[in-house]
Amino acid sequence: MPYKRTQVLVCAGTGCTIGNSGELIKEFEKEIKSMGLDKEIDVLRTGCLGLCGAGPNISIYPDNIIYKGVKVEDVQEIVLEHLYKGRPVQRLMLNESDQETNEIHDINHTKFYAKQKRVALHNCGVIDPENIEEYIAEDGYFALGKVLLEMTPQQVVDEIKKSGLRGRGGGGFPTGLKWQFALDEPGEEKYVICNADEGDPGAFMDRSILEGNPHSVIEAMIIAGYAIGAHYGYIYIRAEYPIAVERLKTAISQAKELGLLGKNIFGSGFDFDLEIRLGAGAFVCGEETALIQSIQGERGMPVSKPPFPAHKGVWGKPTIINNVETYANIAQIILHGADWFRSIGTESSPGTKVFALGGKITNTGLVEVPMGTTLREVIYEIGGGCPNHKAFKAVQTGGPSGGCLTEEQLDTPIGFDELVKLGSMMGSGGMIVLDEDNCMVDVARFYMDFIVDESCGKCTPCRVGTKRMLELLQQICDGQGTMETLDELETLAQTIKDTALCGLGQSAPNPVLSTIHQFRDEYLAHIVDKRCPAGVCKKLLRYEIDKESCRKCGLCARQCPVGAISGKIGKEAFEIDPDKCIRCGLCMKACHFKVIERK
Amino acid sequence: MKSLEELKRIRDQAKERMTMRENGDHDYRVVVGMATCGIAAGARPVLNTLVEEVAREHLPVTVMQTGCIGMCALEPIVEVFDKDNHKTTYVLVDTKKAKDIVLRHLMHGEVIEEYTVGHYSK
Repeated sequence: MPYKRTQVLVCAGTGCTIGNSGELIKEFEKEIKSMGLDKEIDVLRTGCLGLCGAGPNISIYPDNIIYKGVKVEDVQEIVLEHLYKGRPVQRLMLNESDQETNEIHDINHTKFYAKQKRVALHNCGVIDPENIEEYIAEDGYFALGKVLLEMTPQQVVDEIKKSGLRGRGGGGFPTGLKWQFALDEPGEEKYVICNADEGDPGAFMDRSILEGNPHSVIEAMIIAGYAIGAHYGYIYIRAEYPIAVERLKTAISQAKELGLLGKNIFGSGFDFDLEIRLGAGAFVCGEETALIQSIQGERGMPVSKPPFPAHKGVWGKPTIINNVETYANIAQIILHGADWFRSIGTESSPGTKVFALGGKITNTGLVEVPMGTTLREVIYEIGGGCPNHKAFKAVQTGGPSGGCLTEEQLDTPIGFDELVKLGSMMGSGGMIVLDEDNCMVDVARFYMDFIVDESCGKCTPCRVGTKRMLELLQQICDGQGTMETLDELETLAQTIKDTALCGLGQSAPNPVLSTIHQFRDEYLAHIVDKRCPAGVCKKLLRYEIDKESCRKCGLCARQCPVGAISGKIGKEAFEIDPDKCIRCGLCMKACHFKVIERK
Repeated sequence: MKSLEELKRIRDQAKERMTMRENGDHDYRVVVGMATCGIAAGARPVLNTLVEEVAREHLPVTVMQTGCIGMCALEPIVEVFDKDNHKTTYVLVDTKKAKDIVLRHLMHGEVIEEYTVGHYSK
């Protein structure tokens, strides 16, 4: 039978692969074969559906049902009940769990998807990323055809300019303008680079696009090459993304086979080729000048701008560098027009933005919303709020370059300028939700620790300054901070902002400044009261036994790994020596009578 | 790639395999009862016929399966939902009737009175 009646799409993104989706595919194939359904049902692998926290996820078409958290043991039930008898397995259905009624089978109406709009992610989770034909079936490479056969380079640049697309890597620089600079440069030799060196902690938007829809990036790079007059491209991707690298390699070789990369594409006389460059995972290499150094085989260190890469980039030639997500929008803009793109999002930030939701949030995963959606909608309606009924405290956007936003600011519409106004930034799209159990000083310390690790060491403000800032933060966390420490921290932060060489250093103090600004009382609690309100900073914790209520059983003393608890069983109440105590909390867990308190 | 025509050919071929994944506007939704009763009465060849015919004619129709509809004696049962969710229930369907349903109902919008449950109960 040539036509299959059902397709089972198993997510093969990184998140679900870790959840063993590879085994699921094998198991489905086995079970389907054993039921004799292999001529009627296809099993395919696909990219990210967004609900990474609930994975591994599989979707079944044409029923349009998504199963979440599928285990190998569940496969037989799904095949037997759903695929054979047509009875969807309700306990695994995502559709049902988000909606109260059993009736609704349409995934687009679940809370998680209803407010989303997938432009950059549009093929993720729907097509097989390792099959170029499926990409072409969704109008893939038609934008390229249109550009090469019907448009001049200037028209392409104008269209992108008109769309108002801004760089999705974080800075928000107008993409069309960047292309115009490179187009205006004289010379035959120019380059196109895709920045896939995604390094913010908790961010995985670019990875998911490359894993789920690699051709969209390749197509856009060829378009960009045509627009600026370049014939060669580099995709700079970190080696920590093995699945994305594999998919890209497959995609490139398929595109070459069909002649979509190479000489005389579409008979237009335009040649373009590209290669993958693997990065070793240094955060600083996401900075464009450092990235160029790394591509050239040098140590990944930034150089001062100007000259900007558009004038003098890789090998000293005009170069454009765009982020993965920016490229993922290009073909859509060419196909549907700049006006269509402008109709989504806000005036100053058209289009959509992909966010990686993480931290204390119910639906951990990937979401794409139109700009102008409020943070509250993203966190509460799509993300499902904080789990375990904990109180929301803040949301961190922009990674180590961004800042924290509080409950009162949640109704801000998302946009490049709006977030900067509030002392944070869009960044590449990491969105980490913090609840009452997170200490804001500790969060600031975490990001500073990351920056100290990742600073390339070229300029003094970043190399030494961030280290000093980390030490000051550590002092506050340890209860040794004074008001002077806080002042010093702020002065130092401002100095680094003003004097560091590259974006990494200039934005490194942001998380500290933003938390001091928004959560000054928490800093003061650490400094003045020597207390960590969230109970995170260990040195500020104190465990105490209520002597009156102590039953003198000695269980706590037996658990204590450092012998900090003394007393006599049955005779004398027990007591914790705060100097010996390492604040592990074991005694508190051991006490049957709950008389040990953490302060 | 030599020309847009070549790309279009690849797209149209590949699209056939993927139509079921579209969320787009389908004129009809066809549901086949595939519980034990349905399968025993021969719903499987009916379903396969429907899928094949719909695919061959490139119709904007989704073919799906469901569980037991309740009238086990009248299986195989095929329900056709139109855009306004009006339902036509065909009973005791076999592959020949399935082909008729595709040709007359799905392609020409004619309800085949003599195959419906209403006609049977008379």
